[in-house]
Amino acid sequence: MTSQAAMTIEQPREGEPLNPFIKAFRMALSKLRDGAVYVALSVLIVAVWQYLSAIGFLKPMLLPSPLKIGDTLLALTLSGELFRHLGISFLRVLEGFAIAALVGLPLGIAIGLSRVVDQSTDLLLQLTKPIPPIAWIPLSILWFGIGESGKVFIIFLGGVFPILINTVDGIRQTDQRYVELARVLEVTRGRFILKVVLPGALPAIMTGIRVGLMVSWICVVAAELIAATSGLGYLIMDGRQLMQTDQVLVGMLTIGAMGKLLDVVLRAAESRLVTWKTTFQGK
Amino acid sequence: MTIATAVSEPLHIGPLSKTFTLPSGSVHALRDIELDIPAGRFISIVGTSGCGKSTLLRIIAGLETQYDGQVTLGGAGISGPSLDRGVIFQEHRLLPWLTVEANVAFGLKNLPKDEIRQLVAEHLDLVGLTSFAKAYPHQLSGGMAQRVAIARALVNKPKLLLLDEPFGALDAMTKIQMQQEILRIWEVEQTTMILVTHDIDEAIYLGDEVVVMSARPGTVKMVLPVPLPRPRDRTSPGFVALRKRIYHEFFAELEQPFAYKI
Repeated sequence: MTSQAAMTIEQPREGEPLNPFIKAFRMALSKLRDGAVYVALSVLIVAVWQYLSAIGFLKPMLLPSPLKIGDTLLALTLSGELFRHLGISFLRVLEGFAIAALVGLPLGIAIGLSRVVDQSTDLLLQLTKPIPPIAWIPLSILWFGIGESGKVFIIFLGGVFPILINTVDGIRQTDQRYVELARVLEVTRGRFILKVVLPGALPAIMTGIRVGLMVSWICVVAAELIAATSGLGYLIMDGRQLMQTDQVLVGMLTIGAMGKLLDVVLRAAESRLVTWKTTFQGK
Repeated sequence: MTIATAVSEPLHIGPLSKTFTLPSGSVHALRDIELDIPAGRFISIVGTSGCGKSTLLRIIAGLETQYDGQVTLGGAGISGPSLDRGVIFQEHRLLPWLTVEANVAFGLKNLPKDEIRQLVAEHLDLVGLTSFAKAYPHQLSGGMAQRVAIARALVNKPKLLLLDEPFGALDAMTKIQMQQEILRIWEVEQTTMILVTHDIDEAIYLGDEVVVMSARPGTVKMVLPVPLPRPRDRTSPGFVALRKRIYHEFFAELEQPFAYKI
């Protein structure tokens, strides 16, 4: 992205050697420009929001000003409250998501590779998949009470289907031409799966893991909204009950920021694992 | 060259017929094909698209097992794919997540690591890509990728190498280089080669014999020996005369409908 932008703003004339100093300066400038484009819209919205709050158009009860939210964020951070709730939510997600991956990956691989497993599980999965994890909350409270396991269960439900579906899809996308190649080279089924099917499915599996973690992260908050005494969901509900809208927003923004962070980490992991993929990156 | 050459064996085809059954009826892809290919020969099969030349190659490869007649390699019938018949496809079919050397080693198994490394190194040297051993397929040009595919097919020491329009996707210059390359490899390896192509020049340049096929049903129209010494000059009178004859074969076929009208 950066190099592309660099090419569009400054096109050094053919044959004219560029001073490396100027080149570095231009590179830094174009990076700065990219960064500015990236945050411009968000900054603009926050500025308008602050302005509307300052002139009294937005009521603090309904939507506190960005500065007020910043104050509360600072206070909750300094008191350690925010990180306590964030840590608890994050831990729940890790538990539920780990179980989702441990179930979703092997099951997805089995379904992808075996038509029998696929056919025998299809109806069950197709029926359970459309049920939103949140709809399972009443049942999970009945089964697990309001303790930790119920929340982990909801997170698991949120994470397992994206992982499962993407894994199956990735395996089924194996190119028929590679199947032929493996036949010609008398490659065994085990080796074929290991060297062709699974690496080929890896990009799809990584997408499944990314989406699965995202949905898990959404589900933890949903689970904590209903019955919890800790976590970011609780922080939001607590803020609502005490009419502290700024606390509600701090909770919401933390969820958003954490989600973004997880996505960045997983995308980095993906591009390290899937080095061969050369796809359209958008214009 | 330190590479031990594989023992080639004669291929006998025929009479061989192949019918595809489609919902709209059956199509004769091949009819009464008879070919005897002695060990170590380079045979070109040329024909228009849809003449069944690729189907013939797939039958020899063992990828197509439903047919009438017989195909034997060294007296043994062909019932499925086997490592004694290597295949080069039109597209290189390298695995994008494996390095060049891992791609070459893909078909090797049950060998000690040292031996695998040795075999891969020898064959990368044979195709002139030693310095690209650690590269990934997306870092290679089309011609280089196809050379890796050739190394991958040869590393198992096949008795027969089947080439299915292997240079069809390459540009004209690279194509000529690759034709010279495959000849050089053939001279080193002494493997029987069967090349399917729609390029008449390529067929004459490479083959000891050119098998000309006609379409629907696919039959052998003629087998033309190429008595020219190698390296062949594509502009020499002998070459041009052969090209003319083969062009005439295809051209005659196209002209027939007009002849009827008159």
